[in-house]
Amino acid sequence: MEQPQINVEYVARLARLELEPEERDLFQGQLDQILSYFERIRQVAVEGVEPTAHTRPVYNVFREDEPTPGFSSEVALKNAPSSADGLFIVPRIVETS
Amino acid sequence: MKWKASIGLEVHVQLATQTKLFCGCRTTDSNAPPNSSVCPVCLGYPGALPVLNREAVRLTVRTGLMLGCAIRATSWFDRKSYFYPDMPKNYQISQYAAPLCEGGAVEVEGEDGIRRTVRLRRIHLEEDVAKSLHIGRRSGVDFNRAGVPLMEIVTEPDMGSPDEAFAFLLALKRILLCLAVSPCNLEEGNLRCDINCSVRPADRSELGTKVEIKNLNTFKGVRDALRHELERQQAALEAGELLEQETRRWDADAGATFSMRTKEQAHDYRYFPEPDLMPVRISVEERESWRAALPEMPARRCERFMQEYGLPEYDARVLTADRAIADYFEEAARGASNPKWVANWMMTEMLRRMADAPSEAWARLPVRPAALRELAELAGRGVINSPTAKAVLDVLFERGGDPVAIVQERGWGQISDAAAVGGLADRVIREHERVAADFRNGKAAALQFLIGQGMRLSRGKANPALLRDELIRRLGSRSESAG
Ligand SMILES: [Zn+2]
Repeated sequence: MEQPQINVEYVARLARLELEPEERDLFQGQLDQILSYFERIRQVAVEGVEPTAHTRPVYNVFREDEPTPGFSSEVALKNAPSSADGLFIVPRIVETS
Repeated sequence: MKWKASIGLEVHVQLATQTKLFCGCRTTDSNAPPNSSVCPVCLGYPGALPVLNREAVRLTVRTGLMLGCAIRATSWFDRKSYFYPDMPKNYQISQYAAPLCEGGAVEVEGEDGIRRTVRLRRIHLEEDVAKSLHIGRRSGVDFNRAGVPLMEIVTEPDMGSPDEAFAFLLALKRILLCLAVSPCNLEEGNLRCDINCSVRPADRSELGTKVEIKNLNTFKGVRDALRHELERQQAALEAGELLEQETRRWDADAGATFSMRTKEQAHDYRYFPEPDLMPVRISVEERESWRAALPEMPARRCERFMQEYGLPEYDARVLTADRAIADYFEEAARGASNPKWVANWMMTEMLRRMADAPSEAWARLPVRPAALRELAELAGRGVINSPTAKAVLDVLFERGGDPVAIVQERGWGQISDAAAVGGLADRVIREHERVAADFRNGKAAALQFLIGQGMRLSRGKANPALLRDELIRRLGSRSESAG
């Protein structure tokens, strides 16, 4: 079976990570190793097995639709790097046209 | 060459819950001060854990059942990863691999009166993101909306024209209102649409290049954007150009769509199951109990109103547009000697007085449906005249009660007794001999004046039709055809 390749540079870009060349090589090796485990799992016959969304067989953990107190805006904004008029202020990121 | 358009919609519907999807923060409207309904979960603090709102699941499944979807026995949530300040955990919790509802359809009636079926692909549940306001080179972020439950209804590309897409949205809104699953307030952004559209030669079955138009928050906006975009695509194809698969933005002021050139053209959201939430299992019993609680489809109820209560189509449509109004009317009309009388009161006075009231207001109205039925009877039978009936309605709106008791208590009963009205006619003629003579000499308009005087003398209580008859009887039938 062909060994799948992971494009570390692409994944790093998606995750907004800046990697040094040494790091890129290191992670490439590690991720390739992880992928090879999945290749082994892939060889197990799973026809008729329901896909698992969670490792624990627990379902339907709900809360009722009832309000609970949260933060006041003053408290919430204490963690803001910058704020004005009750808003978190961040650098503008616009998908430019 | 003939062209054919294919349109699909993704409609994001805000659910009518009190709290957000994964935390107990209240859902607020745009009047709330920014960042006043927030907590560690919806601010995306590391380590904060989401817990699913049961009601949001119920409302989504209820919608799916109404629209004929299959409800998955097991469904779960996935993380959709992307970076933007409106989503500080860097992923949105959505449903990808296993949505709550699959399939289904909406029946749409076009302006031509022909019914078409728009198939649905899926309905899934997800959290809304924060609101960004761009101020110069910075953005201000308000998290009140972050985490509010949205139900995303995805259609197949089954619509063929902007008008059909518009009709679909109207039909969908009507059903959502009837189900009471969303406030459906467009000004508050309760219904937001993304459009997929493509154009192809009419003789080809394979769809053309798909263009996406993002984030439209009015139905008119959807129609306008589609009109312009389909025209643009058709013109490009006619000029022999190749269309690019892309995302565009509708600019209502410019009346055109513009390409949104993103640095990351191919979105790679890297979906995977959300480990912080447990999957949802809906048992057959639960599903069937929700199905049993479904209301009648608005279109079917409309037809029934026409048959059962003899309403004209227009009235039936208006009265079934909102389930609260339809329920109110039906309770009042049931057992009425003439349901049309009740319908007339609904169509005029009631809808006018309730024009700005929310749907929920109907259920707690001091005017009980039975009282409106009584009032319609009293007015319809001529026991009270129209201004008196409106005055009774004023009282009912203020403090409720029984119309018959109100009329008696205030001495507002209409005088329909022939002897009493006859006496009134005698008195009017005596007091206005010259006008009476004018009428006898053929001046038809004089009769109106005499009727007016009689109504004034009786303080509005005389039955006007009877008064008119009594006056004519006394003044001779020469001018009977007049007036
Ligand atoms: Zn919260």
